Amino acid sequence: MTLAPNATSPISHIVTTSEDKNQPGRSAWKGVATPFQAVSRPLSITLSVLVWGAVIGGWFALTYSGAVKEMFLPRPESVLFTTINMALDGSLWEHVLASVQVVLIGFVISSIVAVPLGLTMGTYRIVQAALDPLVNFIRYLPVTSFVPLFILWIGIGIEQRVAVIIFGIFFQQLVMIADSARGVQRDLVNAAYTLGTKRSDTVFHIVFPATLPNVLDVLRVTMGWAWTYLVVAELVAARSGLGYISLKAMRGFQVDVIFMAIALIGILGLCTDQLFRGIRRLVAPWAN
Amino acid sequence: MDALTLATKPKSADIAIDNVVLRYGKGDNAVLALDGISFHVVPNEFCVIVGPSGCGKSSLLYLIAGLEERTGGMISVGGKPVTEPGPDRGMVFQAYTLFPWLTVAQNVEYGPKRKGMSAAERRAIVEHFLHEVGLAKFANHYPSQLSGGMKQRVAIARALANDPQVLLMDEPFGALDSQTRHSMQKLLLRIWDHSKKTVLFVTHDIDEAILLADRVLVMSGRPGQIKKEIRVSLPRPRSMDLVMEPNFIAMKREILELLKNDEDEEH
Repeated sequence: MTLAPNATSPISHIVTTSEDKNQPGRSAWKGVATPFQAVSRPLSITLSVLVWGAVIGGWFALTYSGAVKEMFLPRPESVLFTTINMALDGSLWEHVLASVQVVLIGFVISSIVAVPLGLTMGTYRIVQAALDPLVNFIRYLPVTSFVPLFILWIGIGIEQRVAVIIFGIFFQQLVMIADSARGVQRDLVNAAYTLGTKRSDTVFHIVFPATLPNVLDVLRVTMGWAWTYLVVAELVAARSGLGYISLKAMRGFQVDVIFMAIALIGILGLCTDQLFRGIRRLVAPWAN
Repeated sequence: MDALTLATKPKSADIAIDNVVLRYGKGDNAVLALDGISFHVVPNEFCVIVGPSGCGKSSLLYLIAGLEERTGGMISVGGKPVTEPGPDRGMVFQAYTLFPWLTVAQNVEYGPKRKGMSAAERRAIVEHFLHEVGLAKFANHYPSQLSGGMKQRVAIARALANDPQVLLMDEPFGALDSQTRHSMQKLLLRIWDHSKKTVLFVTHDIDEAILLADRVLVMSGRPGQIKKEIRVSLPRPRSMDLVMEPNFIAMKREILELLKNDEDEEH
């Protein structure tokens, strides 16, 4: 008995065999134009570097040609120098830390409640019946419209920013996690019953591990949204953070600082995204 | 090893089905899926239910497993009335139901773990049953790394590792190619010979039914009823060559006729 091939799709398995590559009449173009066709690692790295190069090159071209005034679009190197200067005098870290702190607190509080509640909601119809209409109503309310209310209720301290983030991601997390719990194969649960699993243990022993890869994906995606809501909150009321320095920079026409803040948020987002992918590989190795 | 003798010790029960009715829905939309099914499977027997798709044969297994609720009648296993699912009735499903987040070995020890057996006992059980299904080398693989036939072999090992009194099998080889199917049938007969569990096996494949069974129950569809009971007295151990034997063919013809009549009545 042999192992099943670890191919992700039957198509990629067929067209990457060496005989196929050597077949006359199969051009390189036809190869890459095949849907879902795998692309070699060097090619994929080359392509991503090219696209990044084009974007940054376009930036250089726009600023150096004078097509756009420097007041509106800073030169790339001035953004870099600003970043270095602020990193050296320490003010950069203060703002990065302030933002990361708010995002993490909001994200962790929201997730700690949303994961178990979402799993319960997806597993027990009675919980779903009770919460679904309310959650779906709140989910469509624009978060930004609640910012004035939060300021009125809880002031302009860190609590307000944390509240905006929680309000922004909690209900989305809840709905997506409940959906993946609902999608658990019924015969998986049936099999567990015939093996002696108690009804009350189903969520913990079956639903949770079965949905773990999905739950981690939901967390990864909503972490990105948390950054968006952070900036919304910091633009309105804050004394530190990347959104706050962007607003301050706008008033002083320091476009380079705004660009730096945006780039930093992008980089931080990229880091957390990779972190979550790493966690998923570590705790759910079967799902790769 | 205590656990091993415990797990391999012949222990099986009878299945008593008495006037079982299953109705889906209410009022005018109600569908009668099973209409007064009665039969008795004796301990150690290999009983096969064969019938057209949609005749309710799988539903019957789900009722015995306690995974669905019957509308009427009585089901008892080992003299105990069935009210809910329990580890005394092991089941192998048509769909692949190995837990994807557990390795092969962890899947097999899932039931014993729920029973609170010690790690040493569980290790002995896993070793024994993986050896029995010929997958000892794959103990640390995840289900996604296995072929369909291997997955079902692990599912059988997992069900037996829990030492159930009866083994319910719902078209477990239905999704496999005929080559793999034959080797699985051989393997199942060998394992059954070792464990002597009561087996109730559901299939729509007539060859498979005759090849495996001590007794074949032929079911008709909509509403499901037991049409006939055929005792298979072919000698054991059985091999695939039996399908050419005259009495095998005679039995096959009889079952085909019964299922064909059923089709005609429907039209």
